[in-house]
Parts: sequence; C-alpha cells; structure tokens
Amino acid sequence: MSKRKPLSTGSEWTFELLEKYDTAIAKEAAHFQLDTYPNQIEVITSEQMMDAYSSVGMPLNYNHWSFGKQFVSTHQNYRRGHMGLAYEIVINSSPCIAYLMEENTMTMQALVIAHACYGHNSFFKGNYLFRTWTNATSIIDYLLFAKHYIAKCEERHGIDEVEALLDSCHALMNYGVNRYKRPSPISTEEEQKRQQTRSEILQQQVNELWNTIPKPQTEEHEREQPRFPREPEENLLYFLEKNAPLLEPWQREIIRIVRKVSQYFYPQKQTQVMNEGWACFWHYTLLHSLYDKGLVTDGFMMEFLHSHSSVIYQPPYDSPHFSGINPYTLGYHMMQDLRRICEHPSDEDREWFPEIAGKDWLEVMDGAMRNYKDESFIQQFLSPKLMRDLHLFSVVDDDSKNHLLVGAIHNESGYTELRRELAEQYNLGTREPNIQVYNVNVRGDRALTLRHFQHNSRPLGDSTDEMLKHVRRLWGFDVHLESVRHDEVIKTWHCPPKEETPSAA
Amino acid sequence: MSYIIDRRLNGKNKSSVNRQRFMRRYRQHIKRAVADAIKQRSITDLDSGSEVTIPNRDISEPLFHHGKGGINHRVFPGNKEFVTGDRIPRPEGGGGGGGGGKASDSGEGEDDFVFQINRDEFLEFLFEDLELPHMVKKQLQDSGDYKLTQAGFTSQGNPERLNIIRSLRSAHARRIALSGSTRREIRMLEQEQQELMALAELTEQQNQRLGEIELRLIELRSKVSRLPFLDTFDLRYNNLIRTPVPSSKAVMFCVMDVSGSMTQSIKDTAKRFFLLLYLFLQRAYKRIDVVFIRHHTQAKEVDEEEFFYSRETGGTIVSSAVALTGEVIAERYPPSQWNIYVAQASDGDNWDGDSDACRQLLFERVMPFVQYYAYVEITTGEHQNLWFEYEKVRSAFPDSFAMQKIESPGDIYPVFRELFSRKEA
Repeated sequence: MSKRKPLSTGSEWTFELLEKYDTAIAKEAAHFQLDTYPNQIEVITSEQMMDAYSSVGMPLNYNHWSFGKQFVSTHQNYRRGHMGLAYEIVINSSPCIAYLMEENTMTMQALVIAHACYGHNSFFKGNYLFRTWTNATSIIDYLLFAKHYIAKCEERHGIDEVEALLDSCHALMNYGVNRYKRPSPISTEEEQKRQQTRSEILQQQVNELWNTIPKPQTEEHEREQPRFPREPEENLLYFLEKNAPLLEPWQREIIRIVRKVSQYFYPQKQTQVMNEGWACFWHYTLLHSLYDKGLVTDGFMMEFLHSHSSVIYQPPYDSPHFSGINPYTLGYHMMQDLRRICEHPSDEDREWFPEIAGKDWLEVMDGAMRNYKDESFIQQFLSPKLMRDLHLFSVVDDDSKNHLLVGAIHNESGYTELRRELAEQYNLGTREPNIQVYNVNVRGDRALTLRHFQHNSRPLGDSTDEMLKHVRRLWGFDVHLESVRHDEVIKTWHCPPKEETPSAA
Repeated sequence: MSYIIDRRLNGKNKSSVNRQRFMRRYRQHIKRAVADAIKQRSITDLDSGSEVTIPNRDISEPLFHHGKGGINHRVFPGNKEFVTGDRIPRPEGGGGGGGGGKASDSGEGEDDFVFQINRDEFLEFLFEDLELPHMVKKQLQDSGDYKLTQAGFTSQGNPERLNIIRSLRSAHARRIALSGSTRREIRMLEQEQQELMALAELTEQQNQRLGEIELRLIELRSKVSRLPFLDTFDLRYNNLIRTPVPSSKAVMFCVMDVSGSMTQSIKDTAKRFFLLLYLFLQRAYKRIDVVFIRHHTQAKEVDEEEFFYSRETGGTIVSSAVALTGEVIAERYPPSQWNIYVAQASDGDNWDGDSDACRQLLFERVMPFVQYYAYVEITTGEHQNLWFEYEKVRSAFPDSFAMQKIESPGDIYPVFRELFSRKEA
C-alpha cells in the first residue's frame, strides 16, 4: 500500500487546510454513501460561540430574558474555567451550518467537520422524524420572521407585555407539539401573507365560539352539553392559540411562533442517542479511513482518540461524575455494535437479530438511521453483548415499598426486560407528564379544565401551581387541573386557588 | 460541496439585548447586591464591577414535571455486584423523582445564580433613581465647545469639501441654459435640410440654401461644443458651520473640617462620600473640576493628597471655609459658565458664634450661585449650633440645600441616596 503524504503535520489550522480536510473527509463520506445537505462551515470565536449557546444554538432568534440568563451563566462559567465550550454547534438547516471555534487545533477541526458536517448532517437529512417534522430549508427564514414580528409587537405593545406572554408560552413549550399531524413547510413571505389573513379569520372564529347572542329557543332544551373540546387536546399551546377567548391576534401569533420553534426541536429531543451515536460513529470511521490512507499523522490520531474517548466515557452509577446514561456512549456503542453484528455475527446475534446478522452493514445502518427514534432504536437493536459490556441493570423505585429493588440485570433472563425498560426511558411520552385539555365550561364561567393522566402513579411536581398561573394568563379565565389515576381524580389544582373540595368531574 | 466562511469578524455581542432584558427583569436583585457591595467595598475599588447573586428559585422557569413518588424504573450502567431481586436502601434525598433517581442527578437547584456586572452597569444601578438637582446646562461661548454641522452648500470653499453631485448638476443646468437658443436653431436647420434633401430635384435657389444651411450648422455645432463642460462657478461646496454646544462642565467643591476633633475614620467616611459624589457627577458632566478646601481655624485650598492625609490640629472656624469657597467661585468659576456643587463634611463642631457668620456667608456669597449644596455631619453625638444654623439655610433654599447626618460608614450610601433622590415635581 502506497503511503501518501499527510495533509498537515502541525496543530495550527488555516483556511486552506480546512478546505483540504473537508475535501478529503467528503471523499470518504461519499465512499460510505452518506447523503448530506450542502455544508456551510463557519469559523467563530469563543464569544460568538457563547452567543450561539444562548439562543438555543440558532444563528438568530427573538429576544427574551431567558436567553440572556443563559448567556450570563455561560459567560460566567466559562470565565471562571468551570466549563469548556462545546467544540461545535450544528444547525439542522439547508445548507447545514456548522460552527467551528477558532481556538481548536487542526485535529479538533477535522473531528468536528467529520462529526457535524457529515455525521449530524446526514442524520438530519435522512431520519424520518426530521424529514416529517422539520423543514431544513425554511427554518432560518422562519426565525427571521419571528424575530421581526416579535420586535414589532414589543414596539407596539411594550416589552413587558410581550415578555410575560413569552414566559407563559415557554413554560408550556413542551406542550406545544403536534405528535401526529405533520406541519406543512412555508417560507417567510408566505408566512407573512398568511399571518395577515390568519389573524383576521382567527379572531372571527373565536368570537363565534364565545358568541353570547341567544340561539333559537328550540335548541335551548336542557340536554347534556357536549364537552368542548370534543376530543381531549394534548397540544395545549395549539388549543390556547385557537380558542383562548381574550387573546389579541398578535398574542395568538406569538403563541404560534413558540409552538413552531418547539415543533422544530421536537425531533432532536427524540433522537439524541441516535443522532450523537451516528455522528460519533462516523467521525470515528471517517478519520480512521483517512489514517489508513496515510493522510493524517500518528500524532493526529492520538489527539483525536483522546478526545473521542473522553466524549464517549460513561462513568458508572456510583461515580461522583455520574449524571445518567451518556447518550454519546450508548449511541456510539450501539452503532458500532450494529456494524459488528453485520460483519462478524456471533451465534447469539444470529438468534437475536436473524434479519440483520451477516447482512451488508452500510445498508443496515442506513436503514436504522432513517427509520427509528431513540425509543424504537433501543428496543430494536440493543444487543445482549452491549448490555453486558455496559453492565446495565435496572432499579425499581416504588414509593409504597421501603427499599429499592434491582429488577433486570445483564443476564439471560434479564435482557428483554432491561431493553424494554431502557427504551421506555427514552419515550418522551413517559418522561413528561401527560397533560391534556379536557373540558371548557363554555356556557358558564369559561373555566378551562386540564387533566393529568398518571403513568405508574407518578404525581406532578411542585411547580404545578406556578404552571397553572401561566396557563391562566393565556386562557384569561379560571383554570383547573385534575390528576387522574385509573379514571379516578386523585388531586386537583386551581388557579386562582380555592378551597380543596372534592372535584365534580 | 462545502462553503467555509470566516465569521470571526462579525459582531460578537449578539446576546447583549437578551442580557439587558435579563438585567431589567432582575433589577431589584441587582440593586440590592449593589447596595450591599457598596457597604463592604473600600473606597478605591468603588469604581469596578460587582458580583450579583440571585436565588435560584426566583429565576427558574417552571415546567410541568413529575414529582416524587409513584413507581419509577430506571436503568443504570456499571453494575458490579447486584443481581435480580436485590434490595437497596433508599438513598438520602434521592427517592427517585421524575428522572431524578440517584442523588447525583438532583444535585442542582440549590446553588444560587451568580453573575458579574461591569463597572458601567454597577454605577448605573448605584445611581439609579438619583438625580442631579437643578442641573442646568450652561451656555459657554469661549470654551471652543463647537460642533460642526452641515448647513447647505456654498459656491466657495475648500477642495476637500467639493460636492460632486451638486457641481455636476449645476454644470449640466448651465450647459442646457446657455446652449438653448443655438440648439433650437440647429434643430430647425436640420429639419429644413431634411426636407430639402427629400425633394427629387432641387432648384438653384434651394441648392444654394442647402449650402448655407450646412455652413451655418457647422458654425453652430462648434459653438455648442465650445461650451465648457465644467466651469468654476459650477462648483459647489458642502457648507459646515460651527454651532456652540451647551457646556457640560461642573466644579465640585469638597469642603472638610480637619480640626483636631476629626479622626482618621471620620475623614475616611467623608472621603467615601466625596467619592460617590464625584462618580455621580462624572455620569452627568463631561468635565469636572474638583476644588479641595480644608479648614481648621483658617481655610486653605489644597491638593487631594493633602486634603485627605495631612494632619493638623486646632480649633474650628467653619466660616473661613465658606468664605474661601465664595472667593474661589467669584474668582475662577463664574456661575454663568459652570455648574457648581458643594459638598461639606464636618463632625458638627464649630467655634461658638461662628455658626451665625456661616449662615450669613452662605446666604450672600455661596447659595445664590450654586446648583446644590450638600452638608453631611459625621457624628454619633448630638447636633450642635452649626446644624441649627444650617437648618435655617435649608428652609430658605429648600431646593438647593440639603443636609444629612451620617453615623457609620454603612450610612453613607443611604444618606447619599437620600440627598440626591429624584424629587417629584
């Protein structure tokens, strides 16, 4: 094998070198059939990185104090050396924007290019959640629209008013997501046009619902009023945007903006393990194949492997550094494991994964990347070997018992159970309390009733009262929340608070 | 295909608006922190930033989340000794909330939110809601405080102020105006020429006419082309005029008693007070002169070093300092041009019978000319006659005379705020 000259030997980077590395990595990526959006690699300073941090990683965003808080704390931690900054931020847009920090060495820049510009990028383009929920070409446009629109509202209605509204929207952000209906992508101009017409129509519709002009007497016969909404609504922000009686059109529009942004980030929340695992797998694979061709030096590889292994380090449960399962570790190892099962399957693998063992690994991994999210990916592909390697075990914490109980561990009888439980841990549906709009007292005091459906008898946390205030601000009238276990109301909250009485559900 | 872009030169303060929003929201906390800081600081670093601490519960953004209790399943890595069915005692405090589980995960939430504000922000909060009483921007002609402003165009001027667009426009206008009649004649002749040429055959007369036209055309065209493209009187220059700007000059008199009864700690307190005043004035005026006047039985104008640190003993005659202040104002700081502030610090001691003279001097020589006169008495004892005389001054000049008592260094800032608090009109 003819050794070629390495691309560079020093640790300093230059723009020419970045381009050379990018070209070399792109060639390898093409060889492995990675399908990506075009890349836009931006070199930034650490200050700019902190700016990017505090606007949830987006290149532009509307203004809000919470972003300022984020910035202040990042800045403070960074100055005191409590925290390093991430080496990169990558944005799911087309072209895919990746930020490189100027302080990084050439090795780190190459690692980041491989990780973000080819790993994450191909994931953004391929995974079904991103394909369904987000529109990479229009997100920057939309944020621009949102920024201008909110700035205009601040001018017209005052910063305080807009800020209070945004606070409430942010609090409910996790409940502003359509889980099943797909939004249609549109651009800025369209959005602006639609916004005009929408605000008019919307206001009319709301007025229709709250119309107090009496209907013809015949219909007024006392009958069981149908509940409104007829079906419970899980997208609280959507419900409030469309039905809250007192909101002005601009307020509805702002709720909508928060909802859209939340929707944009929804797939990222559901694919963290896979996304990072995929990106780590590819930076590892791509840089190794550069090394095999003699394009990078031994020193380069040592530096790369050092940071690679610290990224995918998993402290054990009893370590002071332990803070849950490291998604990089889990994802990376699952991806590597998938390749191993395809290339060198053991008998156990043949038994557990008959449909992929010994198949073409590129095809299998591509399929896995495209068609799964964290929950289903783990459920489908976590192998007994990996559970053994990571020494996984599950703990059952039942508040009616005095002790914690060790459930399944990494042995023959535990694999299936362990895998199911780990997968469940990544199910957003069980991580966040399940709260839905249950009823509106349309003919009475207009009170809104939310219902929390308990899962595994887990109650709501202590922020609930605070949260109801936010809901009330948006709804404009009284708000009640009922916590329901097995069709039975266990606990109720009210805003404004009232004496605890048995709720008449 | 990749694009590599260097964004390092782009602005880095994208978050400054958000930061301001944050500061705005937590004004109260920051103000409290600043007020605390001022009590603990030494004089010398009054001028730097400060650390602000906000309790985390005040700053959190709530979300619906699971509380403790219920049945939680959680998977952990790194098993060493457990087998199925093992019982583990519940860890302290953990209990396993939503995603909480082991103690290490719920570690946050207790720490306060700490961040840094810079000098300008510090001062802004320090002097928030304070106001310089009767701040009059005095007009000043001879200071050279001028601003150049654009005022139309002139036909004469410096080549570097040449306005090209205006010049070419007037040249164009001139060319059109001067060549108007000539060009009209050219047009008419050309038309006649066309008509003649169009005829099938020409008479002798017509032929002759054609020749005449041609000659005349040549003559006229050369006349038009001789018009200069740009002439000197086409040139236009940007006209800049000097407009005087209102003066923002202030002079601050620091008047302090240095008699035997003034201990070093009282002087320190006074110094802090003067320093605060100086910082405060600095925010309002571009240029500030400081005049230090110290006195025992005689008053003397001194430099800063001597003002604070040299020790002298003796009796106390306050009126000497008031008289000197009046003299300095009369000599060097004409009230028409200067904003004058006087801050006087004393322990309240004065030679009996002199206090009356002080009042007289203040009434006649000082108070009519100053913006504001602040008197602080640094003492833990009873008020003496000076205080009571000054009270008379206060009732005569309620807007521009203020007096307060400071007992301990901790009072300085509150007293300062009191003296300069924004008064409702």
